[in-house]
Amino acid sequence: MQLFLSQLMNGLGNGVIYASLALAIVLIYRTTGLLNFAQGEMALFSTYVTWKLVDDSEMGLPVAAAIGISMVIAFVGGALIERVVIRPVERSSPLVIVIVTIGMFLAINSIAQAIFGTDTKQLPSVFSDAAWVVGGVRVTAQTVGLVGVLAAECLLLWLLLQKTRVGLGLRAVASNPDSSRLVGIGTGNMLMLGWAISAALGALAGAMIVPMTPGLSAGSMQAVLIYAFAAAALGGFDSPLGAVVGGIIVGVAQALAIQYVDPLNDIELVVPFALIGGVLLFRPTGLFGRRVVERV
Amino acid sequence: MTLLSVTALAGGYGPVKVLHGLDFEVAHGEIVVILGANGAGKTTTLRALSGMIPSDGEIVFDGEDVTGRKPQVLARRGVAHVPQGRGTIDELTVEENLRVGAWTRRDSDVAADVDRWFEVFPHLADRRTQQAGSMSGGEQQMLAIARGLMSRPRLLLLDEPSLGLAPIITQELFAQLGDLNRELDTAMLIVEQNAGLALRLASRGYVLETGRIVAQGAATELEGNEDVRRAYLGL
Ligand SMILES: Nc1ncnc2c1ncn2[C@@H]1O[C@H](COP(=O)(O)OP(=O)(O)O)[C@@H](O)[C@H]1O
Ligand SMILES: [Mg+2]
Repeated sequence: MQLFLSQLMNGLGNGVIYASLALAIVLIYRTTGLLNFAQGEMALFSTYVTWKLVDDSEMGLPVAAAIGISMVIAFVGGALIERVVIRPVERSSPLVIVIVTIGMFLAINSIAQAIFGTDTKQLPSVFSDAAWVVGGVRVTAQTVGLVGVLAAECLLLWLLLQKTRVGLGLRAVASNPDSSRLVGIGTGNMLMLGWAISAALGALAGAMIVPMTPGLSAGSMQAVLIYAFAAAALGGFDSPLGAVVGGIIVGVAQALAIQYVDPLNDIELVVPFALIGGVLLFRPTGLFGRRVVERV
Repeated sequence: MTLLSVTALAGGYGPVKVLHGLDFEVAHGEIVVILGANGAGKTTTLRALSGMIPSDGEIVFDGEDVTGRKPQVLARRGVAHVPQGRGTIDELTVEENLRVGAWTRRDSDVAADVDRWFEVFPHLADRRTQQAGSMSGGEQQMLAIARGLMSRPRLLLLDEPSLGLAPIITQELFAQLGDLNRELDTAMLIVEQNAGLALRLASRGYVLETGRIVAQGAATELEGNEDVRRAYLGL
């Protein structure tokens, strides 16, 4: 039982991470109707920026401040990517756009390696390494912190989308771009904003993920991206709530599968793929989604 | 006084030319109807007017040349376009659809206007917090029109408002459009298949055939015109 509970905690920690990247994917899908395969690499790049801000002998910023700054940089970068890379192909076929985001995946990855080098970097966690034992289960400050960050992120996103004028515009454009243009919403600006917010969330997710891994390197985000896609598929690509629930389910499923299903020990990536396949087969809208993903 | 004056309007979809030089106008506070068979180019005309598709020719709205301007600009100048079919924003609630209709407004009367349209369309008031996409076709049409009016437009473009509505609802809707026009002095350019009803509401009309205007005149004149009666009124 205790083993089960501690695996559950592990799973929760990972799940929250998948959820935060899945949220970024969902946000772009909701506003623009496309799946951004470069989401993980955008987060990777931002995380390198965070690392640089912390590690650089002259700047040497505290981790939290570095994350804040790199989120701002990512926000601007995301907006630029929408303007410069995505907008020219916006009206092309879905296949073209998928190929463009895959191209971005490769390009951003190489650029990151060219700028920051290929050696593995260490990014300290924002959270302390304290841990408590609650009812025989070890609960780390790391896990509690991650859950807190995700909860805050969700609350802010919810307030933005549901309670502000800009949020109303974002949701309108996501649902019906033509009618939105007719009421006078600058749909281009809304799409740009969707990419900007999503890139900033990715920067945050990256800085949360890397301290839980052996280090920051060019491949850091690739497995995580697959889990995040599984989370988004499970929750529904157009549902922020689904991303969170999906992320946690995927994280927990992964932890339990590794613990209890021996043969999966080294090939744990089977778990997200099985989930994606299962969802697309049995419930294409995901648990909380409304729209069937057709543009993949 | 002319509110909208269109000269030699041409346009279409990429290489496909649909409109071949239309001249028409709408006066301040006037209701004008565009009749024509399916595929005549009525929807395309409205789309060109609101900037949804590129066009050639000249569109002057309230003394300003707005040819080729974006929908955003037209919306800000006071043109509200209620598109054909589902014009509602499905994932927003009924009330949010109305609020988003006032996107271009910065005054503080938006909430009062929302209440006002809820009074005019009590069906919508009952469904205030319901998602627009889950309503019936008729309710969605009402909502799309109310949303158009939320911008306090000077010109309302209505594309087949009776499409998919029961005859009795259509009559109610047209009566309401007449009231609104008298009360707010909102000019309307209405595209309709239901020519009889539309001609009774409008003061003037144009008949469109494969992208050209083939007849025009006072509504009563068009209603009496033998060719028009045979071709478009099914009489
Ligand atoms: N999106 C489009 N792309 C290409 N051709 C179109 C498009 N929409 C309409 N058309 C063509 O333009 C012509 C006029 O269409 P439309 O303006 O919708 O007619 P109406 O509203 O009078 O029924 C038709 O021949 C139609 O096939
Ligand atoms: Mg039409």
